[in-house]
Amino acid sequence: MPVEILMPALSPTMTEGKLARWLKKEGEKVASGDVLAEIETDKATMELESVNDGVLGKILVPAGGDAVAVNKPIALILEEGEDASAATSPKAQTNGAAKEAAKPAEAPKVEAPAATPAPAPAAPKAAVPQTEPELGETKTMTVREALRDAMAEEMRRDPDVFLMGEEVAQYHGAYKISQGLLEEFGEKRVVDTPITEMGFTGLGVGASVMGLKPIVEFMTFNFAMQAIDQIINSAAKTLYMSGGQIHCPIVFRGPNGAAARVAAQHSQEYSSWYAHIPGLKVVAPYSASDAKGLLKSAIRDPNPVIFLENEILYGHSFPVPTDPDYLVPIGKAKVVRPGSHVTITAFSRMVEYALAAAETLKGEGIEAEVIDLRSLRPFDIETVVASVKKTNRIVSAEEGWQFAGIGSEISALVMEQAFDYLDAPVARVTGVDVPMPYAANLEKLALPHADHIVAAAKSVLYRS
Amino acid sequence: MPAKQAADAAAAKKPVRKDPGGKLDPELSLRLYEQMLLIRRLEEKAGQMYGMGLIGGFCHLYIGQEAVVIGMQSVITPDDAVVTSYRDHGHMIACGMDPKGILAELCGRRGGYSKGKGGSMHMFSREKNFYGGHGIVGAQVPFGTGIAFAHRYRENGNVCLTYMGDGAVNQGQVYESFNMAALWKLPVVYVIENNKYGMGTSIERASARVDFYHRGQSWGIPGAQVDGMDVMAVREAGEKAVSYTRAGKGPYILEMITYRYRGHSMSDPAKYRTREEVQKVRSERDPIDRLAHLIVEQGVASEDQLKDMDRKVKATISEAAEYAQNSPEPDPSELYTDVYVDA
Ligand SMILES: Cc1ncc(C[n+]2csc(CCOP(=O)(O)OP(=O)(O)O)c2C)c(N)n1
Ligand SMILES: [Mg+2]
Repeated sequence: MPVEILMPALSPTMTEGKLARWLKKEGEKVASGDVLAEIETDKATMELESVNDGVLGKILVPAGGDAVAVNKPIALILEEGEDASAATSPKAQTNGAAKEAAKPAEAPKVEAPAATPAPAPAAPKAAVPQTEPELGETKTMTVREALRDAMAEEMRRDPDVFLMGEEVAQYHGAYKISQGLLEEFGEKRVVDTPITEMGFTGLGVGASVMGLKPIVEFMTFNFAMQAIDQIINSAAKTLYMSGGQIHCPIVFRGPNGAAARVAAQHSQEYSSWYAHIPGLKVVAPYSASDAKGLLKSAIRDPNPVIFLENEILYGHSFPVPTDPDYLVPIGKAKVVRPGSHVTITAFSRMVEYALAAAETLKGEGIEAEVIDLRSLRPFDIETVVASVKKTNRIVSAEEGWQFAGIGSEISALVMEQAFDYLDAPVARVTGVDVPMPYAANLEKLALPHADHIVAAAKSVLYRS
Repeated sequence: MPAKQAADAAAAKKPVRKDPGGKLDPELSLRLYEQMLLIRRLEEKAGQMYGMGLIGGFCHLYIGQEAVVIGMQSVITPDDAVVTSYRDHGHMIACGMDPKGILAELCGRRGGYSKGKGGSMHMFSREKNFYGGHGIVGAQVPFGTGIAFAHRYRENGNVCLTYMGDGAVNQGQVYESFNMAALWKLPVVYVIENNKYGMGTSIERASARVDFYHRGQSWGIPGAQVDGMDVMAVREAGEKAVSYTRAGKGPYILEMITYRYRGHSMSDPAKYRTREEVQKVRSERDPIDRLAHLIVEQGVASEDQLKDMDRKVKATISEAAEYAQNSPEPDPSELYTDVYVDA
């Protein structure tokens, strides 16, 4: 009985892949455990192992086949002596594990430039802009690449900047953000840590008070909960407790919020947790240009900055300025779509949904103004209030839980500063007030989508 | 399966062969063999079902490490507790949990142990004394220590097996736990599953010293390093550790030298080690092959009998996979349940 080999799903987010090459030819014998082919996923090149013994009867998707959907048959395995033409109704069976594609590359040791000596006692003047710069000449790149470029450029510019975290060096980051950094900057400045979040976070804070500028990557922000005492009690409060003597120029970055089907302990949204803390700055960009410009500003900022990324956005492409001095100011929101009927605020991945909702609303004659908040602390209430004075209605969208969320703060601020301009109560679109479920149907129900924003916008316009 | 567990408990009271290469107990060795095989086949099936898109998110397979949980489980009683990390499918099988409920949970279906709400990394069974299934590296260690605290508090004579990886041993809370457990003489065995890698980082690149059994030395916690690919060696060491801690002498550390054959999770291209390295362990130290070899050599069973057993195990797993796929998704109303217990 011939067995169909199907295109396997090789990551939580993979829906299709490329058949990079076949390692077995038609007619060749295969044993269970043999590598049949190499498959490029959205994150890596994986090897496809056979779980069957037999003969590779027929290759259905040749090498180079791109955008092959998961579960599409790619080959037939026959029992020895069996004829490929006999393969009328093959029994579908999936392929086995995907394994390492190549020997590990020896990480070249690059001599790091000599570190500058003693730290400056006072907060250094950072070249951080206060106003929105022009985009200028742009190049299309993913958020993933933009983050990498931001770190690389700042590491070239300032020898005190270094990157530290789990799997950031040899593995290039669990989500492949730090590709090429170990090769360029060496292991002195791209540091793989043990799994000790509380320890390496505190160590980073200690290094920062001595004038180094650590970028601490959390594999995801879920794991920063192990370290949150060091972030809040050490990083955020030391300047104040020392009467201004000691400051912490440090960036904490990593993916935040829900990815796909990784359940309660790996799918939490932390914006309002950190935005609550005086002494921290908090940013959560959506586009690649903001990701790059804000990360560079965060690295140059003399304060601790929480930099919240989103795993799903890593693979999204946007135009990004080629100018290495393109910086986006921390604390400034951006109107990403003008409109006059209703204001929608969003940040991180929710901007995508807010823009989609605005498009739907346009079809119904409603012009929504979409504001990408980008920074959550300091918070750009001026831009929000200016918009509300124009539209008189506002919907806040966020992925996190509603109670004491970012939308709660927006409601309070708008009430305080633009009460007389409101024609409807502020509406909040948020995640459902439960831990994240694993089941596909429940996860969908737990997360806010564009439809929820559309409904909220109509409700503040008293339309149904 | 409870019957099987009770039998294990009875077996636990028998003296253990001192020499793993010596004479096998026929009934015991066949049972251990079958249980290891059950884990292996379940994990292979899970890998296939992930490839078909039936399982989502993170899925960490236990293939290669089967002797550790099966050996350890065979020296405790059904009243003892077990807690571990996200690499938990094998531990659940060892605890006597049903492959149907495990695979259904992996598929996010209502027939799963957590009604589909927990997934691969988060399963529990109060009935089988399995307390998770924890996604945060190291967090299960104080949790398991607390279970042992409750056992001591209630003076019920039960112990808690608290499993962790070689990566997890570097978390600070592990040492906070060691101190409390030693201070209060808690009935806990810490089982360190040293499979040489924490994700893509080898133990040499993560730990200043790479033997972990002495990590409780500062608190006077005894420790032993064990060949975790030899189920009989695991049993022997486990017996000693469990009786020590059950006698009220305090915690015990077992470092199991083992290996995972598959990537860290399903999306790991595993470029940090060579194919040869994996192949070498598979061909020379595989815990299932090693026991099979002894069983056949000593005439406990023939190769054909073992093949028959494999067929039966495969059928059990296929049936479980069938059950999982046919189990419906949870009812949408389940989204809101289980957040609080009614007060
Ligand atoms: C606190 C925390 N940090 C990081 C992670 C991401 N992570 C998941 S498993 C893992 C490696 C753990 O290795 P080890 O303890 O050796 O266990 P193994 O996977 O080998 O069984 C990491 C870093 C996590 N889940 N929790
Ligand atoms: Mg490990």
